[in-house]
Amino acid sequence: MRVTLMTLLILVATATHAAEKSPDEPISLEAVWALVQGQQAEIDQLTAELKATKAQLKQTDSKAQITEEQLMATADYVDEVQRNREDSRTSIGGYGEMHYNNLDADDSDNDLKEVDYHRFVMFFGHEFTDRIRFFSEVELEHALVKDTADGSNGGEVELEQAYIEMDLDDNHYVRSGLFILPVGIINETHEPTTFYGVERNNVESIIIPATWWEGGAGVGGHYGNGLSWDFAVHSGLEMPTTGSSAFQVRSGRQKASNAVANDLAYTLRLKYTGVPGLELAGTYHYEQDPTQMSGDGLDEGQLISVHSIFSRGPFSLRALWARWDFDGESVKLANADEQTGWYVEPSVRLNIGEQDWGFYTRYEDVRGARDRDRFDQWELGFNYWPTEEVVFKFDYRDRNHDLDSESGRDFNGFDLGVGYQF
Amino acid sequence: MKMRTILGCIMALVASHPALGSETVYETSDSFLAAAFPEAVPAASVLWLQKNLRAEVTEILDQRPGMRIRYWQDGGRTAWLLDDIGKDKPITAGFVVQNGAIEKVQVLVFRESRGWEVKYPFFTRQFHKARLNDGGELSRDVDGITGATLSVRAMTRMARVALLLDGHVQQLNAGHSNYSNWAKASEAASD
Repeated sequence: MRVTLMTLLILVATATHAAEKSPDEPISLEAVWALVQGQQAEIDQLTAELKATKAQLKQTDSKAQITEEQLMATADYVDEVQRNREDSRTSIGGYGEMHYNNLDADDSDNDLKEVDYHRFVMFFGHEFTDRIRFFSEVELEHALVKDTADGSNGGEVELEQAYIEMDLDDNHYVRSGLFILPVGIINETHEPTTFYGVERNNVESIIIPATWWEGGAGVGGHYGNGLSWDFAVHSGLEMPTTGSSAFQVRSGRQKASNAVANDLAYTLRLKYTGVPGLELAGTYHYEQDPTQMSGDGLDEGQLISVHSIFSRGPFSLRALWARWDFDGESVKLANADEQTGWYVEPSVRLNIGEQDWGFYTRYEDVRGARDRDRFDQWELGFNYWPTEEVVFKFDYRDRNHDLDSESGRDFNGFDLGVGYQF
Repeated sequence: MKMRTILGCIMALVASHPALGSETVYETSDSFLAAAFPEAVPAASVLWLQKNLRAEVTEILDQRPGMRIRYWQDGGRTAWLLDDIGKDKPITAGFVVQNGAIEKVQVLVFRESRGWEVKYPFFTRQFHKARLNDGGELSRDVDGITGATLSVRAMTRMARVALLLDGHVQQLNAGHSNYSNWAKASEAASD
């Protein structure tokens, strides 16, 4: 019996006080005792309930903590799975483009009405470490390659890039293997979503033979002021000196396929991109002997190319100039010792109805080795990007050759194209 | 002979370089946060991306975000570490948002083969003071880099997400603050 003295005194005092108020109703000691016992029972019950509530609260706290830990662990796991999937060291990408040409030439024998799945390209890359990586590009041109008795076939399967690149530090790299040369605009960045026109421009086909790749080694660097440089030593051209393609640079590409390497070539590019929207670049390329054979009348070659790209808001302007100088008796006699070309291309890209439309015009002037490769051309058209990586294109072209003898090849007409990259 | 000399120089450069094999990290998250909060880096908070917010973030980014995003907050200033895919690889960047406008952008890890320009101040300063407009786009134009359009767009998307999340956190804080003020007022009235 845990009746405290204080409680008893309080109860007696209360009872006495009550007695003073009601003298007619005397309070017995038994009644007080019963009252005390009842209240004590109530106190005991409340104490027990309080203890139970505290225990329950503690248990709830503990359960909440366990639930929170489980929730965090689940979130950690889900995030980790997602991160691992995104951090895969092997990457796959690609691009492709199909063209429809509808060109009417002065001589109808030279008309071109054609549908061609021009390029289907797959990229495969792998990061061995954070600083050592592999990159490759495999291309199927013109949709079909077939084995024929006479050696003719529809297209080509080409390995356009396959190199190992190593970062020396945050600003410098070296690479070795088969890589695209750092020259011009289209050569390195030629996904169809990145340029205007169904077909690539002619200067970067006839003068700069894009896509132009060679096997070799290179080194480069880039800095916080926007300057960068690239230097490469690599296989050179093997240009023909006779036949219909004589001295045509594009026909000299060996594509690193059992490439004759008697005389190597060198490429140096300097680039400035220190102002957003601006790119200024120049390339010097030297061929020790662009035929890989001495005494054939084509001794050495030098290519200089400069370009600028300036974009501000929706407006953009691209301009490129390139020139080859070849030494040798035969090439001079063929009037192919100097081959030049330039183009200028203003454009505007607008967001209309939440989708991007780009409108452009381009003027090109080309003086290549062959008579048919000497012309100027106007072009205008538009690109429509329903999403960033898909493009539909339209253009209209009007080409006029420099020489009267080639006037039958003058044409005008339109092209349609669809392209993608991922 | 000349050729051999050049190749020899390149090989020697490669072989002698001590940095090969280490990480391509331009600034660590710790140093970024230390610069963002020079007095003291606040404890990290966690923002769970619940249904609507998750949908908004997913719509902006080119990838699904994690279940929650860590951030650091000191009053009206928040810092975010975000990832988004450029062309092939994720770019990791830190964003500091002050009173609803971007104050600082710093690329922490860049893994793409093109577009190295995005990690330098001459590019990132374009985001300075950018806010979200009513359409959820940045209030400032960001000029691109030729050949690195996708990296530039990834940076722009991350900037939008940082501003979106900052706005969400500030709203939550305002909600808590209003509730707290209401609770205090109620207590005072009952006294």
